[in-house]
Amino acid sequence: MSAGSIFAVTGLTKSFGEGETQTLVIKGIDLSMAAGEMAALLGPSGSGKSTLLTILGTLMRASGGTHTMLGVDLMHASEAQRTEFRSKNLGFVFQFHHLLPDLSALENVMMPAAAAAGRETRAMRQRATELLDAVGLADRREYRPAAMSGGQRQRVAVARALINNPVLVLADEPTGNLDRESADQVMDLIRSINQTMGSSFLISTHDEHIAAQCPRRIELLDGRIIRS
Amino acid sequence: MSPYALKLAIRHLLSHPGQTALLMAGVALGVSVFIFMSALIGGLATLLTLRTVGSIPHVVLERPDRDPAILSPGASARVVLQKDLSRRDQIAIWQPVLPIIEGTPGVTAISPQIRGSAFVERGQAVAPVGVIGVMPGKLSAIADIDAAIVDGSGSLPADGILIGSVLARDLGLRVGQVVRLSSDRARARSFRIGGIFTLGIASADRQAIYMNFTTARALFDLSTGISRIEIKVEPAIGAPGVAERLRRSTGLKATAWTEDNKQLFEGLDAQARTGTIIKVFSLVTIIVGIASAMLLSIVRRQSEIGIMRAMGASKGLVISIYVLEGSLIGLIGAIVGAAAAWLVLLPLPPVSQVSSGDLPIDRQQGDFLLAITLTTIAAMLASILPARRAARIDPVEAIGA
Ligand SMILES: Nc1ncnc2c1ncn2[C@@H]1O[C@H](COP(=O)(O)OP(=O)(O)OP(=O)(O)O)[C@@H](O)[C@H]1O
Ligand SMILES: [Mg+2]
Repeated sequence: MSAGSIFAVTGLTKSFGEGETQTLVIKGIDLSMAAGEMAALLGPSGSGKSTLLTILGTLMRASGGTHTMLGVDLMHASEAQRTEFRSKNLGFVFQFHHLLPDLSALENVMMPAAAAAGRETRAMRQRATELLDAVGLADRREYRPAAMSGGQRQRVAVARALINNPVLVLADEPTGNLDRESADQVMDLIRSINQTMGSSFLISTHDEHIAAQCPRRIELLDGRIIRS
Repeated sequence: MSPYALKLAIRHLLSHPGQTALLMAGVALGVSVFIFMSALIGGLATLLTLRTVGSIPHVVLERPDRDPAILSPGASARVVLQKDLSRRDQIAIWQPVLPIIEGTPGVTAISPQIRGSAFVERGQAVAPVGVIGVMPGKLSAIADIDAAIVDGSGSLPADGILIGSVLARDLGLRVGQVVRLSSDRARARSFRIGGIFTLGIASADRQAIYMNFTTARALFDLSTGISRIEIKVEPAIGAPGVAERLRRSTGLKATAWTEDNKQLFEGLDAQARTGTIIKVFSLVTIIVGIASAMLLSIVRRQSEIGIMRAMGASKGLVISIYVLEGSLIGLIGAIVGAAAAWLVLLPLPPVSQVSSGDLPIDRQQGDFLLAITLTTIAAMLASILPARRAARIDPVEAIGA
């Protein structure tokens, strides 16, 4: 792991199933990212983009290889340690917003922080308000997800990914469900956050237009990196 | 149990008001069944006990038995005590015992009595009777004879007797008539019928004759002793304890009413067990209802739970949310059900005033707090399994990332 990199995987593999039906999906990946970097993850459907993001996000364990982040050996960490690590250092944006329907926009943004602390604090509320302002939803704080548009929901989801000041935000097709205009809004937002807050972003996408907005391009094909 | 878990639990409940209300109504129904059963079974027991103990003595003191007995069993030499037939079964020295009895906690009435067997003769008709000689003013100490008089009066002059209505009918006797009584001590004299009573107890109405204590003493040839001392205690169920104290303090044979009414207690016990089974079923229904409703709601909220786990929520937090949710449904439903049961039972008369045909429901025995506590615990237990299942949800599968 070179100096300044936040995570590194080497020889990373992932297979699903047992015996006869076992299929190797990630076939030996070496990859690292620097602090503050913003990268697009491209590849045809089924090439393993979501699987790689899920492993990097500690939501799933790799089958082989090494995985370290911020000096922590995540391959061999316990499930509880990985949960805590995830809460402190990682943020997620998914193709579907997955906001909690019973909570307001502001409460949704606070959720990852409140879940870790066991309570909602004034500081969290303050930070969540700033983030909602930053994503241009200052006037939608008290709205429930059902009362917002798809693009607005996805911007709330981006704000939520940032509440714990994550070192790395993993975004799996964050604009996949949005029209061009909303997609551009979300990408503008991610880029400005990347520049102002310094969080690294790894964004999977099928969309060359989106990829073109990212300084770095990582291409996957059939479980292998063909360009990084 | 973090404040955040409580907030999310309450938020979930409020977000689905219809479902929440339905679940709580189910719990409330179960709780009111529980309380209703407690009040009914308790009320029935009270009523049966009241009816049974109302007109009988609660403790009877008699001369200790001198039955044949083997002394020091197991010893190689057998020492046998033989029944002493030379003396009458009487309490010879009884006046000094009365203050001891009066000073015993729980005792509410005392009636020293002279009892004996006699025949009533009227013309050619003869009937065996049991004579009860009571002290002046003690006529109604044990059974309320005064209130049971249907003809004549309850005063007991030296030559007056009170007879039961069945005996009166059998022998064609009326108030004011004179009958002859011959005792088993071969003494006989004539009495005027001063009153006729109906206690509603067949044996008493057929065979009991009340007379003056002093007259009875003469009729049964007792110079100083008495036959027995009958005692009422409060509460009646405390009779065995009082009997035990009196046995030790007076040296007399003390028999509590409970010993002669084993069947009543077996009946009450069976009733209580039936009630317990129904109560357990109502709790089981609550558990099954809450558990299945929570399982359904967890399946529906799978992706919400997954996203929370993905965002760093611990398994403990997820478990807390759902256990709190189930417990809140249980607690609030139980309080509502208990309050409703209280209101429904409020206008019912106390068991002692229940008219026959009505259910003797005793609100005091409704076990309201127990019902609320058990239901809340049941609801909490019911939600543990679904909650653990929620905590095991794999974020990756749930999110479909
Ligand atoms: N849980 C699983 N069990 C078995 N196979 C799986 C599982 N998850 C993913 N796969 C397989 O792994 C391969 C890569 O899937 P993945 O979702 O990572 O692709 P992707 O690059 O994200 O595709 P897309 O662009 O369509 O989202 C696919 O062939 C998929 O069938
Ligand atoms: Mg994918």
